[in-house]
Amino acid sequence: MTGTTLVGLLAAALVAVGLYGFLVNPQPLRKLIAFNLVGNGVFLLFGFIAERGGLPGIGGDPVPQALLITGIVVAFAATALAVTLLLRLHESTGSTSLADEAPSPKDPAA
Amino acid sequence: MIVDAFYAAPAVLILALAVYTTVVRGTFAASVGFLAYGLLLTITWVQLHAVDVALTEAAIGAGLTSLLLVRASHRLRESEAAIRAETPGLPLKLAAGLVAGIVGGGIALAVLTLPEPAPTLAPQVAANLAATGVGNPITAVLMAFRAMDTMLEAIVVLLALVGVWSLAPDRAWGGRQGPRYNADPDGILAFIARVLPPIGIVVGIYIFWIGADHPGGKFQGATVVAAMWLLAMLAGLTDAPPIRRRWVRALLVAGPLAFVAVGIVGVYAAGTFLGYPPDAAKALILVIEFALMPSLAFTLGLVMAGAPERPEEAA
Repeated sequence: MTGTTLVGLLAAALVAVGLYGFLVNPQPLRKLIAFNLVGNGVFLLFGFIAERGGLPGIGGDPVPQALLITGIVVAFAATALAVTLLLRLHESTGSTSLADEAPSPKDPAA
Repeated sequence: MIVDAFYAAPAVLILALAVYTTVVRGTFAASVGFLAYGLLLTITWVQLHAVDVALTEAAIGAGLTSLLLVRASHRLRESEAAIRAETPGLPLKLAAGLVAGIVGGGIALAVLTLPEPAPTLAPQVAANLAATGVGNPITAVLMAFRAMDTMLEAIVVLLALVGVWSLAPDRAWGGRQGPRYNADPDGILAFIARVLPPIGIVVGIYIFWIGADHPGGKFQGATVVAAMWLLAMLAGLTDAPPIRRRWVRALLVAGPLAFVAVGIVGVYAAGTFLGYPPDAAKALILVIEFALMPSLAFTLGLVMAGAPERPEEAA
């Protein structure tokens, strides 16, 4: 097993840990962190595959590497929007619960 | 089966931190753990010969994302105890563990059985690199071979900002984003916010400029510049601009509009959207890069500032 194969296995483990956290943690911010762990796992997997396609002189395959940069920026944009949504939810209801019967004391419609 | 400690040590630390952020009790601790995890992940990117990705991970994945999480976990701290009561019981946790294990195991199996030789586009990139006039193959992919992706990426960040703005309560619409930060003007934060930005801005512009031929580029450079602006905002030295200002909107769309304009020029000059005539490729790429960098830095800074919370007058 080479060192980079170990990175591929790390990617698989990160997806598993992130998926578990996403399913088990009730706090939405923790779900977002878990979502980012899954994303990092997928990115690392992609990076591992890019590294395998490398040539002497050009480290890894530059096409997937460039797409990875795009992916990281888009994941950040999605996370930023989700965090802002969550803060707004907290501001208007005083809670961040995702449960169906979540109380909404400050909601004018209620 | 001996694996180089050079690979094994960061991998073990990264996995341990990932588990820590998942199982630790406090969300604030999880956010700080995520920051350390992201910085360690940059080492793995360098090991994969992806220095450009490592820079992006350090600046955006670890830096900006962790700052968002740390700030949000601080603001949400009162609601945390109530929501912890919703933690599922042991049977559901076991089921979730089983699902996660199956998915992770499947990916691990795929990793170990990938085809040899690996498929690659690297030879095509190497063969056509000279035509773009840039020396960094990743910049060539981002700005020439797959320029459409980069254009849409810049627009996605802008759309995220539109989303963030739309979360303003009615009274704050058109006003300033985020809370007004008041740090001790003689404190260490205000001191750092005065000393660091001149250095950080130079570093950011250097990363941007060097990206043509070496690892670096506009996204990483713009993030560093945006971080300097955020530092000054957090120290209370400056404030986010009111979002109804015309110059704010103009600066935000200038970069993406220049990108689209160069794309339309390509339709006439090279026969396809975002096509470059061979002798003008480098010049057109530079036009896009220079137009996009300030817009990106401004957009990233405002995305980080959060939803508008204050009417303009109450600044």
